[in-house]
Amino acid sequence: MSIGLVLALVGAVCATVFAGIGSAWGVGIAGQAAAGVVTEDPEQFAKVLLLQLLPGTQGIYGLLVTFITLSRIGILGGSPQTNMDFHTGLMFFFACMPIAVVGLISAYHQAKTSIASIGIVAKRPDQFGKAMLFPAMVETYAILSLLTSILAVTNIPLS
Amino acid sequence: MAIVEMQKLSICAGKKNRKAILEMLQSLGVMEVMTEGIEDPELLKMDTLGQRQQFQKESELIEQALKTVSKYAPEKKAALSMLNGREALPRSEYDAFVGKKEECLKDVQAINRKDKNITECRGIILKDENQKETLRPWMALDIPMDFKGTKKTSVLIGTVQGIHSEEEVYAMAVPGISDEKALCADILSAGNELTYVSVLCLSRDAEKVEENLRAKGFSKPAQLMSGVPSRTAEELDKDIATQKARIEELIKDIASFESRKEEFRVVADYYRTRAEKYRLLGTIPQSKEVFFLEGWVTRDSADSVAKLLTERYGAVVEKEETKESDTEPVVLHNNRFSRSVEPVLASYGLPSHGHVDPTFIMSFFYVIFFGMMLSDAAYGIIMFIACAILLKKFKKMPEGISSMLHLFFWCGISTTFWGFMYGGFFGNAADVIAQTFFGYTGPTPLLKPLWFEPLGNPMRLLVWCMLFGVIHLYAGLGIKGWECLKAKDFVGFISDIVAWYLFLTGLILMLLPTELFASISQVSIVFPAWLNALSKYMAIAGAAIILVMAGRDRKNWALRIVLGAYSLYGVSGWLSDILSYSRLLALGLATGVIANVINMMASMVGGGIVGAIVFIIVFVIGHLLNLAINALGAYVHTNRLQYVEFFGKFYDAGGKAFKPFQTANKYIEVKEEKVL
Repeated sequence: MSIGLVLALVGAVCATVFAGIGSAWGVGIAGQAAAGVVTEDPEQFAKVLLLQLLPGTQGIYGLLVTFITLSRIGILGGSPQTNMDFHTGLMFFFACMPIAVVGLISAYHQAKTSIASIGIVAKRPDQFGKAMLFPAMVETYAILSLLTSILAVTNIPLS
Repeated sequence: MAIVEMQKLSICAGKKNRKAILEMLQSLGVMEVMTEGIEDPELLKMDTLGQRQQFQKESELIEQALKTVSKYAPEKKAALSMLNGREALPRSEYDAFVGKKEECLKDVQAINRKDKNITECRGIILKDENQKETLRPWMALDIPMDFKGTKKTSVLIGTVQGIHSEEEVYAMAVPGISDEKALCADILSAGNELTYVSVLCLSRDAEKVEENLRAKGFSKPAQLMSGVPSRTAEELDKDIATQKARIEELIKDIASFESRKEEFRVVADYYRTRAEKYRLLGTIPQSKEVFFLEGWVTRDSADSVAKLLTERYGAVVEKEETKESDTEPVVLHNNRFSRSVEPVLASYGLPSHGHVDPTFIMSFFYVIFFGMMLSDAAYGIIMFIACAILLKKFKKMPEGISSMLHLFFWCGISTTFWGFMYGGFFGNAADVIAQTFFGYTGPTPLLKPLWFEPLGNPMRLLVWCMLFGVIHLYAGLGIKGWECLKAKDFVGFISDIVAWYLFLTGLILMLLPTELFASISQVSIVFPAWLNALSKYMAIAGAAIILVMAGRDRKNWALRIVLGAYSLYGVSGWLSDILSYSRLLALGLATGVIANVINMMASMVGGGIVGAIVFIIVFVIGHLLNLAINALGAYVHTNRLQYVEFFGKFYDAGGKAFKPFQTANKYIEVKEEKVL
């Protein structure tokens, strides 16, 4: 077993782990705010639930990158690249980093924006459309890092 | 595909027709009534605040009673009952219900009173239970709690710190008393670091015994209690049973009103609508004989409204010219397809009069982009069939939900289209099922994409996404150009619109033949020399116009050029806007790849019966989850592309929504005879 494959696997795992931590954290704190609104006004359940879910996408993006990486390095599909050299492994590792790091941080900040938007819905339920847009702004950067990770992972040459 | 033209009407009518006119306008719901504009010291306003609050209170009381009845006689609500909308009620039935409103209010008060009684009974039960709880440790005592003793003997009832046996308590009490045999300590119970004791002794020793015990932490019960504990508890139990029976009776009483709920709802709506009428009534300027109103109606209905008022109520109606200072309310009118995105536009802000209503153009981009992001044919089919069934089944659903479902219906069709383009039908379900259950080993994919598979060549799709972005943004800039032309601002059209088209198109054409672009798209484009030259000239000409003209309202030339240069810097904004369309690729990939992951997990058990069962369970749950989360993502990000990128190029929301004076009904809709 080569160190390169191990490095690539570490990268793939990091994508899910860190983006997942961010999303779990984010959905968790946004859920607390949402639960607070529902105690006062149960009719807003659907709206605040959507806002709570918004920071959850980073975890999915992380999973996506992990999946693409695993299938490229052959761990999914049954023919692992056991002779991968150190440099290629390192490339896979770094290709996974954008979504791992940005996923973690953006999910947290998106959750804070979601909480503020949940506040909007609590006071003015009719402004839901606008409220939903603020967290979506933060997500842009998770999408950009997802794209970078996907493009990098799919284009790393395998010997 | 436009903003509906409005007409302002001024109405003057006799006071005897005041209520009739207001009621008619309210039930028609076609006019936004204004009363602020009419100022005259001779005209007075009626104080209707008292009545209005009274009506509001009545409707709130009825709502409260309705809630109580529903609580004790739960209605079997069909799933999706929120889609039912308001019930249509003929005028005659409505009037019959309203005729019985006094009786209805009486019943409502009775219900609310009974509900209050229930709360009281529950309070008593709670108190009894608490008392029983405090009695529990003393239950073994067979003398009254406040029993002090006989002529010769004394009883000490209380608690001692710590858990002790009878002998220990006896030993605590006994030192220094006159007759050691005439002392008896009984343990009633123990728990919570306390021993509950009753100590019997001679009266003359009582003081000494109490002193001894107090040294060991003896104390009498904190609450004064009387009677034999077990008997008191029995009485409390009896009281609790009585209260419970009473509550049950009250609940039965309340539940018996279930059949009257319909009536309550109608009357609640009646009071709500009346409160709204009195709100307006309080703002209407009136003299001794006449009153005045102003209001907006759509231009098409202006004549018929005016005719109705004149002929039926002898009112004087004048059509007024729209003044500069008037804020004309906005109503949009679009075809059936585009109408479904109106709520999306309205939630950003309506366009103001004199501007373009972008709904029509936006609707196409909206549906296409949504489809590209969700991009799975099966998900699209599920979406549009589900929406179609709901729309068919619930004809009277509230307007907001209806247009939402229409929007998702169209988006579902677009999703199906893009799904087949990308070759996604529950991801790669066809391949996985064939391989797992039918031992298929031939080439994949079985479902060939009509266009190409995004994951196989993401860079190519990225370039396409940016192209769609450029078209979208150009359309936005085009709308701004159209507004310039309509306002006859030809200088603005050339320097703000055409110049940017030239500049950007030139830059894009210059980029296409470069190696950089070739390495991204894996397509090398070779332009003829004249096109290369032309692109350079276009970019330079555009840049030059922007540099000179962007700051044209400044007299100072130096400042003007600096402002022009700053405007040119706006090209970085264009770059980031275009890059933002990469989300079309990223979200499209997300749906597809996660669908594949679900298929793979589902097929892990392998073939056979067990495998099939596991496959179906994982498949259904997984794909539903994926559909839900990605539809949410597609919705949010399509909105974003419209709001930030597209609207950023031209749109100023500033329109005030048309809010006609209408009924405030929540449950019913009165079917009127047609008058308009």
